[in-house]
Amino acid sequence: MVTVPQSASAPLSAPIELSFDYTRSLGPTLSAFMTGLAERRILGARASDGRVFVPPAEFDPVTAQPLSDLVDIADEGSVVSWTWVGETLPGQPFDRPFAWAFIKLDGADTPLLHAVDVPTADAMTTGMRVRARWTDSPAGNINDIACFVPADGAAPATAAPAERVDPVEMITTPVQLSVQHSASMEETHYLQALEQGKLVGQRCPVCEKVYIPPRSACPTDGVPPGEYVELPDRGVVTTFCIVNVPFLGQRIKPPYVAAYVLLDGADIPFLHLILGCEASEVRMGMRVEAAWRPREEWGPTLQNIEYFRPTGEPDADYDSYKEHL
Amino acid sequence: MADVAVVAFAQAPQERHTSGTTNGVEALVPVFEQLYAATGLTNRDIGFWCSGSSDYLSGRAFSFISALDAIGTFPPITESHVEADGAWALYEAWLKIKTGEVDTAIAYGFGKSSAGLLRRTLALQLDPYTVAPLWPDSISIAGLQARLGLDAGLWSERDMADVAVRSRRDAETNPNAQLQGSKDADELLAEPYFADPLRKHDCAPVTDGAAAIVLASAERAAEFTERPALITGIAHRIESSHLGGRDLTSSPSAAAAGAAAGVDGSRFDVAELHAPFTHQELILRSALGLDGDVRINPSGGPLAGNPMFAGGLTRIGEAANRIMSGEAGRALAHATSGPALQHNLVCVMEAAR
Amino acid sequence: MSKQRAAVLGTGQTHHKAKRPDVSMAGLCREAIDRAMLDAQVEWKDIDAVVVGKAPDLFEGVMMPELYLADALGAVGKPLLRVHTAGSVGGATAIVASSLVQSGVHERVLAVAWEKQSESNAMWALSIPVPFNMPVGAGAGGYFAPHVRSYIRRSGAPQHIGSLVAVKDRRNGAKNPYAHLHQPDITLEQVQASQMLWDPIRYDETCPSSDGAAAIVIGSENAAAACANPGWIHATAMRSEPTTFAGRDQVNPQAGRDAAASLWKQAGITDPLRQIDAAEIYVPFSWFEPMWLENLGFAAEGEGWKLTEAGETEIGGKLPVNASGGVLSSNPIGASGMLRFLEAARQVMGRAEEHQVDGARTAMGHAYGGGSQFFSMWVVGAARPE
Repeated sequence: MVTVPQSASAPLSAPIELSFDYTRSLGPTLSAFMTGLAERRILGARASDGRVFVPPAEFDPVTAQPLSDLVDIADEGSVVSWTWVGETLPGQPFDRPFAWAFIKLDGADTPLLHAVDVPTADAMTTGMRVRARWTDSPAGNINDIACFVPADGAAPATAAPAERVDPVEMITTPVQLSVQHSASMEETHYLQALEQGKLVGQRCPVCEKVYIPPRSACPTDGVPPGEYVELPDRGVVTTFCIVNVPFLGQRIKPPYVAAYVLLDGADIPFLHLILGCEASEVRMGMRVEAAWRPREEWGPTLQNIEYFRPTGEPDADYDSYKEHL
Repeated sequence: MADVAVVAFAQAPQERHTSGTTNGVEALVPVFEQLYAATGLTNRDIGFWCSGSSDYLSGRAFSFISALDAIGTFPPITESHVEADGAWALYEAWLKIKTGEVDTAIAYGFGKSSAGLLRRTLALQLDPYTVAPLWPDSISIAGLQARLGLDAGLWSERDMADVAVRSRRDAETNPNAQLQGSKDADELLAEPYFADPLRKHDCAPVTDGAAAIVLASAERAAEFTERPALITGIAHRIESSHLGGRDLTSSPSAAAAGAAAGVDGSRFDVAELHAPFTHQELILRSALGLDGDVRINPSGGPLAGNPMFAGGLTRIGEAANRIMSGEAGRALAHATSGPALQHNLVCVMEAAR
Repeated sequence: MSKQRAAVLGTGQTHHKAKRPDVSMAGLCREAIDRAMLDAQVEWKDIDAVVVGKAPDLFEGVMMPELYLADALGAVGKPLLRVHTAGSVGGATAIVASSLVQSGVHERVLAVAWEKQSESNAMWALSIPVPFNMPVGAGAGGYFAPHVRSYIRRSGAPQHIGSLVAVKDRRNGAKNPYAHLHQPDITLEQVQASQMLWDPIRYDETCPSSDGAAAIVIGSENAAAACANPGWIHATAMRSEPTTFAGRDQVNPQAGRDAAASLWKQAGITDPLRQIDAAEIYVPFSWFEPMWLENLGFAAEGEGWKLTEAGETEIGGKLPVNASGGVLSSNPIGASGMLRFLEAARQVMGRAEEHQVDGARTAMGHAYGGGSQFFSMWVVGAARPE
């Protein structure tokens, strides 16, 4: 029986949250730089052309040689360029408007990029003097300099250098991004059918194979799919594995059986969970049927089927599914 | 002697928000169909495929794999991928034809910039130890670069506005452009800053899109189009990652790539430059020695629509189109990658004699 | 146009480890590069272009890290390309670098591939749930384990074959000072007793997660004239197919078979088992050895495990496979493919030191990626091709 799913005006979408605290080992040059920051010192590296790079370059832009000639740099200097940030973004030094600036610190030949804390863009001029404002507890990363502030020309009040610290060899950099993932229209129709408790695939007009979930283009023919085909919620386990290993971000507690389920009438299996028997009882060719969650929990997702369980029927003949391995 | 020619170009309409997926398939299927229709080729005739895209735009590792559905990759194909603009995919495809292993190729690029916060995501291209942890967005980096030139008297805000006006007015004849038409420069300059010294009109829009180009060996090119655009030179160069150590008001890498690609002072009819900021067009014109004679970005350029990872490839396609239509005899196309024009590719094309 | 000859002039790699806390990402790459340039006897001024390969940027949390690496790679003012074809990328990178020379565009190209997996966590990066799907994914092992089960069923291979491969590769790795895992005394019993991670794949049959880099200097015939024993590139091949499609053979993918057929044809090889002296094949989970032996044409379908069982893939056997210890001993994902290509070259250049296969004159390097869908491979030889 063919079911024509409800039309949708827009495809379904949901965010993918990517978040990780990356641990970055530094190597000798950057370690010296970050250790310096922890001590409220700024170091630069002298390059092959005599220029002092701040922050230090690990490798010379001209000769590609590692740079190890490190020199102390003042924490005060001049703005060589700036730009105003009216709409701040997560992770930036402030959540109220501020300026980014290229700041050439006294003793450096290249400017450092950092934030300047002033109330309006009118307070910024190229050439103005600025000084670092250090955080209270420097940890050995670029944010130890909380920002720069206008240096008013009076004798600089240098922050008391922090005590010598153990070498800093690692920094932790949180990276958090949100990306809006959209299902295709084909996937959306399939998900909406799932919301109604139905499994609906689509047939490719060229090779005539029934795909579930349907794809925007047939992977072998590159054309959009056609006919909708409703499928029963039972089929065969083609192959599977038993996942024993826990890992970061895991949603299902191990051990669990991840299996390819080939629904009757479909030409391609999909991955799902097998329960309702011991993991050791699962077999290639085992006949299974869907165990749906309670209807009131249904949404547009394959997770409406909580798992597949054995039906108790005799196993399918190997020949009947071997082409799908 | 030219070995390789562009014989067809197609693109998806440039839009702020498409409803499609981040894997590019919906955008690419009609684009490939246009290429097949234009050349008489089918997917099975293409010797080599190469794509350009970024996992970070889709938020998924290996995201380029799903795009292959748009091709129909069984029986298996010879295919590769660069984590960069499709212009570099075209470079790899050009190379493949030059080795003689294949005589046709398709290079494609795609990106759904609207899926994330593009200018923030691009902060991840910066030095991961000393710069990226501050999250300076890509507009701010461009703003810092723009002010360096303003302060040095290399360009003015009006020069920048003129680029925007010209670009968006030229885009009126480009059915694929996202932004068409423009107020006068005076009106634009009266608008508030968006990221002082940049105003909204100084920045390319955020665009979803896709593009693809068919390349063929010079021997076979005439089978597929009347007036192939022969690639007489293509080269790219990269600069240092240390923003502070570079002269951001000039583009030595664009100049060097241009010289290696055959930019030698001889005339171009058309130049399509991948400058997502008005001041960057001024930098590139200077680096490539393009004077008032050349038509710059008759398509409207990136300021009218800048699909990430397809934008550079689109410049090559637009320039090639002018040759294939008979309008131009010699064209230059440029693509850029990385913060503040760090990496530049130049492609020089000529009409066959 | 016809292809010009190209050769490997030198190779280098890092000491691969779970974590390399002593270097930055740039430092990691340079360790391999500096060794390769020394091995090739070239200086920075001799390098015309750089090609970098790496797997997903998510692993290190840097978007297009070659931009940040430009200085470290000696690429400032030069062309720089970044290839990303999933796990096969290390091989694809070497092939793109070869194309730059074979097309006549450049004289000497530096190919680098790397991964600093300790910046994050590989299983996390490979298992991020995609909306609307069942979150059953459990990394690469979870992906491949069902297909390993299919192979065992199809071929009727005895259960211990996978463990034999693990023992061999780890003992080989113990001879390789660069390898991550050194287990000279590992035994079959030990492997078979190790925990099942994704049944039927056990802990000791699984590749490690490594920080590492590999580098190769490829040169033209002209450039090779200065090299005592270059590794001549006889053939290269790349093929791709979709991750899943109706009726796809996940165990013996067509793309791998097609790439191998093209490779052997280009190299003039009609009997790979007899004519290849050493093979470096991408085996991240032990059962892939018999599977790939069949896919590549070294054994008939269903027979690959017999070569393994008979010890023919040991150093000293008919076809030494992974004398270097292979992916089972070191797996910096972006670099692993290049390590295979590089180790094949070292064999025919006579520079494989303690894991040298005596008299090896023709060797193959192989890499695969994604859901067994991207294949890159090459044949290198001591003799200059005709």
